[in-house]
Amino acid sequence: MNASSTAGTALLEARGLCLARGGRLLLDDVCLQVRPGRTLGVLGANGAGKSLLLRVLHGLIAADSGDILQSGARVSGARTRTGGTQSMVFQRPVMLRRSVRANLRFALRARGLRGRDRERAIDEALTLCRLHAQADQPARSLSGGEQQRLAIARALVPRPTLLFLDEPTASLDPAATAAVEALIEEARARHVTPVLVTHDVHQARRLADDVIFLCGGRIVDRGRAAQVLDRPRSAAFGDWLAGRLPTDPPRSSERSISRSTC
Amino acid sequence: MTAFATAFALIASGDADLLEIVLLSLRVSLTAVVLACLVGMPLGAAVGALRFPGRTLLSILLNAAMGLPPVTIGLLVYLLVSASGPLGPLALLYTPTAMIIAQFLLVTPIVAALTRDVAAALHDEYHEEFDSLGLPPGARIVALLVDGRFRLLTVALAGFGRAIAEVGAVLIVGGNINHVTRVMTTTIALETSRGNLELALALGIVLLLISLGINVAVMATGRRGGAMAGTPA
Repeated sequence: MNASSTAGTALLEARGLCLARGGRLLLDDVCLQVRPGRTLGVLGANGAGKSLLLRVLHGLIAADSGDILQSGARVSGARTRTGGTQSMVFQRPVMLRRSVRANLRFALRARGLRGRDRERAIDEALTLCRLHAQADQPARSLSGGEQQRLAIARALVPRPTLLFLDEPTASLDPAATAAVEALIEEARARHVTPVLVTHDVHQARRLADDVIFLCGGRIVDRGRAAQVLDRPRSAAFGDWLAGRLPTDPPRSSERSISRSTC
Repeated sequence: MTAFATAFALIASGDADLLEIVLLSLRVSLTAVVLACLVGMPLGAAVGALRFPGRTLLSILLNAAMGLPPVTIGLLVYLLVSASGPLGPLALLYTPTAMIIAQFLLVTPIVAALTRDVAAALHDEYHEEFDSLGLPPGARIVALLVDGRFRLLTVALAGFGRAIAEVGAVLIVGGNINHVTRVMTTTIALETSRGNLELALALGIVLLLISLGINVAVMATGRRGGAMAGTPA
């Protein structure tokens, strides 16, 4: 685990994020900080709002209320934060109907990289995800683990500072999971800070420095992974760690949405 | 049976008149389809993937235009290119160019509407990755057209099938003038009415062979597309 200091400006900060759809509050007064070099693990039961939170943090979906700050500066609206300092890898990797190399080239072209620099970056990425031998194969013919490695390498080629990972090892076998986790560690070594949604407590222990636990769209527990995973402070997190369905906490709509608890 | 035998003999001998008609048909329809793809594919991809004011209306218009009767388009182009029409000074009436314009107008909505469906399906799959990369609208359209290339080839072939088999519009704006604007479909109509079944049958057989070739090409590109994409097409 990275033992860097928690002091200094957060790479990303969320204050009082709320999002409702169809009369249901899906994110409820979410406040968090992602600090440089400290992997944040986002845990929670199915439907707790983990993937939704990641999409809101990455700017793919706009929150109804609340603020997001990037390195201390407030950013607003969806798609404003997707320019280049952060990347996202989805649970099911999105592979273009092109070769492995062309998938990498596409991501770099989208970020404005041209010519030799781009080809050099592609070679680096192929080395990173260990797919040199498959460089000219159709990306969609790769195995699930290889596709996920390619998706992570593709997300890393623009050199982001933040990397959002939405259950990147879901449905992968142990060997493929280990390869993906090694790639995430390699990303950390390159000064990329991952935000990792996972259902796997053991994976959270291996990769996360800090952990938040979502229940019914609210963060009900948080802390350093080494501590909070052993000694959860909330009953909901304790239930979930013990393999029981956690009970949803009272909604802030039943309290007051306007009064953030950040 | 005699008519069939003569028709096959005409094809086998490479009859000059027959060849001229076939080549003009191909030139007119291929040109119209290429132009229709250049306009219709980006338009269809934009309607399928982007959100902009009037998108739904445009989509409805494309659907409606797909079913336009060719004679109506022929009449419209006739009014445009006739001596008293806005394009009258260009003297396009009864020329292959007028026929290309008519077929272009006929095929473009078909190409655009089919492309819209291909692009929309692809965009459903890709949009989060595109959003994540902050891809601008133009780059999205290009990416969708590139990734949908094999299915779009099928769209182009469908457009070509529509154009080459069309008779009403080219008859109105082309006039079916011998050695100038006579194409397969208009010749078949004319020669059948004259009782000259041999040439009509020969052209009908060529038209059928072209149609068969299109179907083979569609299947082949579908398989090749599946292999290239790493998934069944």
